[in-house]
Amino acid sequence: MTKLSEQQYQVVAKSVSDKKALPGALLPILHDIQDQLGYIPKAAIDIIAAGLNQTAAEIYGVISFYHHFRLDKPGNHLVEICRAEACQAMGSEALEQEIKSKLGIDYHQTTKDNNVSLEPVYCLGNCACGPSIKVGERVYGRMSGEKFSRLMDKLSTYVVELGQGENHAR
Amino acid sequence: MPVKIYIPCDTTALAMGADEVANIVEFQSREAGLSVDIIRNGSRGLFYLEPLVEVETARGRIAFGPVEAEDVPGLIQSLVAHGDFSEGKAFAGKHPLYLGLTEEIPYLAKQQRLTFARAGIIDPLSLEDYQAHGGFEGLNQALALTGSNGPQGIVDEVKTSGLRGRGGAAFPTGIKWQTVLDTPAEQKYIVCNADEGDSGTFADRLLMEADPFTLIEGMVIAGLAVGANQGYIYLRSEYPQADKILNQAIKTAYAQGYLGENIQDSGQHFDLEVRLGAGAYICGEETSLLESLEGKRGLVRAKPPLPAIEGLFGLPTIVNNVISLASIPVILAKGGEYYRDYGMGRSRGTLPVQLAGNIKQGGLVELAFGATLHNLVFEFGGGTFSGKPAKAIQVGGPLGAYLPEEQWHTPLDYEAFAANNAVLGHGGVVVFDTSVDMAKQARFAMEFCKIESCGKCTPCRIGAVRGVEVIDKIIGDDHREQNLELLTDLCDTMELGSLCAMGGMTPYPVRSVMEHFPDDLIKAVPGKAQQEQEL
Ligand SMILES: Cc1cc2nc3c(=O)[nH]c(=O)nc-3n(C[C@H](O)[C@H](O)[C@H](O)COP(=O)(O)O)c2cc1C
Ligand code: SF4
Ligand code: FES
Repeated sequence: MTKLSEQQYQVVAKSVSDKKALPGALLPILHDIQDQLGYIPKAAIDIIAAGLNQTAAEIYGVISFYHHFRLDKPGNHLVEICRAEACQAMGSEALEQEIKSKLGIDYHQTTKDNNVSLEPVYCLGNCACGPSIKVGERVYGRMSGEKFSRLMDKLSTYVVELGQGENHAR
Repeated sequence: MPVKIYIPCDTTALAMGADEVANIVEFQSREAGLSVDIIRNGSRGLFYLEPLVEVETARGRIAFGPVEAEDVPGLIQSLVAHGDFSEGKAFAGKHPLYLGLTEEIPYLAKQQRLTFARAGIIDPLSLEDYQAHGGFEGLNQALALTGSNGPQGIVDEVKTSGLRGRGGAAFPTGIKWQTVLDTPAEQKYIVCNADEGDSGTFADRLLMEADPFTLIEGMVIAGLAVGANQGYIYLRSEYPQADKILNQAIKTAYAQGYLGENIQDSGQHFDLEVRLGAGAYICGEETSLLESLEGKRGLVRAKPPLPAIEGLFGLPTIVNNVISLASIPVILAKGGEYYRDYGMGRSRGTLPVQLAGNIKQGGLVELAFGATLHNLVFEFGGGTFSGKPAKAIQVGGPLGAYLPEEQWHTPLDYEAFAANNAVLGHGGVVVFDTSVDMAKQARFAMEFCKIESCGKCTPCRIGAVRGVEVIDKIIGDDHREQNLELLTDLCDTMELGSLCAMGGMTPYPVRSVMEHFPDDLIKAVPGKAQQEQEL
């Protein structure tokens, strides 16, 4: 297990101490950590467990139950494609294939250049203007393979321009 | 005086480019010397027109839509040339995207908006705007009732309204509230179910993004009604915009004395917090949701005990859907009878229907119960987006049946839908055109159950896995007859043996495909006959 960096440790310790007094504190803590680090490093589990007086197995069990939480570091951009029915009715299945082949990855994978991670999602509440995808915090409607390419071009330029590889996805 | 321009900030408007449009409107009007005041309202729910840009005139708000970034310069020029707003005159231009007065757009004019009365009209974060449009009238009534009659008066009003839960199960809200009121406890909770996981639904999201104070008001009233002083909104993590808006609105409500201690000097106390889900569909089921709020895996609890008696942290809890709670203010403001006078049979009031999928004019249509599906999809919705004929309509989310054309004249009414082995659920209507392969849709229903099952009971956990396999065999013409029989048995087992409606209702869409679209299930397999010959 990779050790936490000093900065990661600070984030995790602060989340736990800030929120552990909340009733039902675990999900708020996990969200807080993932919002800041992009994922929940495995090495954080023991710290959370100690803070909440729970076992590491219990914390791991909760993390693994929820699709949203991830234990591996995502790429610079998290792309989520809606796989639910209203988007299916607008051709999301073909879009899904197109995006996968453009990126050269399947769901739950990250591109080699670490730019994009791909996840399925089941409804983004944009069902009147599907097919829908989400990139980071933003939803895009009436998506197509072509629009996706343009969007990706923009996003890669953005990262290069800023000259950094920090996590923009969340 | 600056011209007031409204550009929505709800998720769908943003998904269609509303932020870019707002930026360009600001820039272009400055260039053109037009003084404007841009207001980011919530959407009216006419999503096919988003971004819908509205301009205030002496006659009322006029609309342009859908406005794309490149349309803005022309639009601003047209406003400069034809809209003599300083004199309070009407817009005289003939811009191609001009839609006339917003309120007169038939899609909106024909609706009966009670719960969504303010959506898209007001700035969702302006408490003054909210109050100017009837906000907190319900709370004032509730406070008056509590003073004269105790909390029972509020519960009675909700009972009179005939409101049934809009989250899907349609349980009478007043009866649920009565149970919580009658269960003595030091601490009780109001939990708003904002998990809105059903595909094809966005009513909760729109309400929270367009008029969040209505939900806050409804929850405060619920607290008064049953003696609860803590509320939680369990919001799905897929809705970051709603999260942002709700949190800001809650902050404002605290600052203005509508949340916290001694609400409006009444001596009443109510605290409210947003809690985020984490991408688990099952956490929309109320007991799974409570487990999740407690910081656990979202495993469904056996009922009884009902959450109304032993809910969050084992204490009496109201769990209600966003729309149920957001309908409370109008019920209190105008009286339970006013609300009850809308609707048909035992389905009282209005239902915000969500038109989605392959539809030309998708959006939110709030109407009294009783309108037909056909009326909604074809008169409001304008038919399919693709222009091909419609083939199937799934109503009520992933656990709802696919309705064939023969059933499209069914009125929107819980009982009428049940008579068709269908459900209204949360009011999501998803249209599919003739390119759909219904066998795939049946397979997806099982696949979705497999992905989202909480795993607590075997018929659902294992049944869904088997379901996918069996449907694959049917599609592949592998012992078709036997496998069709097996699928029927499997549906029976899941329906009868599952602990909750996830496993219990997944058979609805599957059976509807078997019953109404059998040809898709048993169509010839390309290449198969040839393969067999070669063998
Ligand atoms: C699998 C499953 C998912 C559900 N998802 C939701 C949901 O996302 N939102 C909701 O309000 N109710 C959902 N429900 C219904 C809730 O269990 C519960 O009936 C509802 O929150 C009660 O509120 P209401 O009476 O106001 O409808 C779901 C039920 C099941 C079985
Ligand atoms: S039916 Fe499925 S989701 Fe419901 S309790 Fe059983 S396993 Fe969990
Ligand atoms: S089904 Fe894709 S956004 Fe709702």
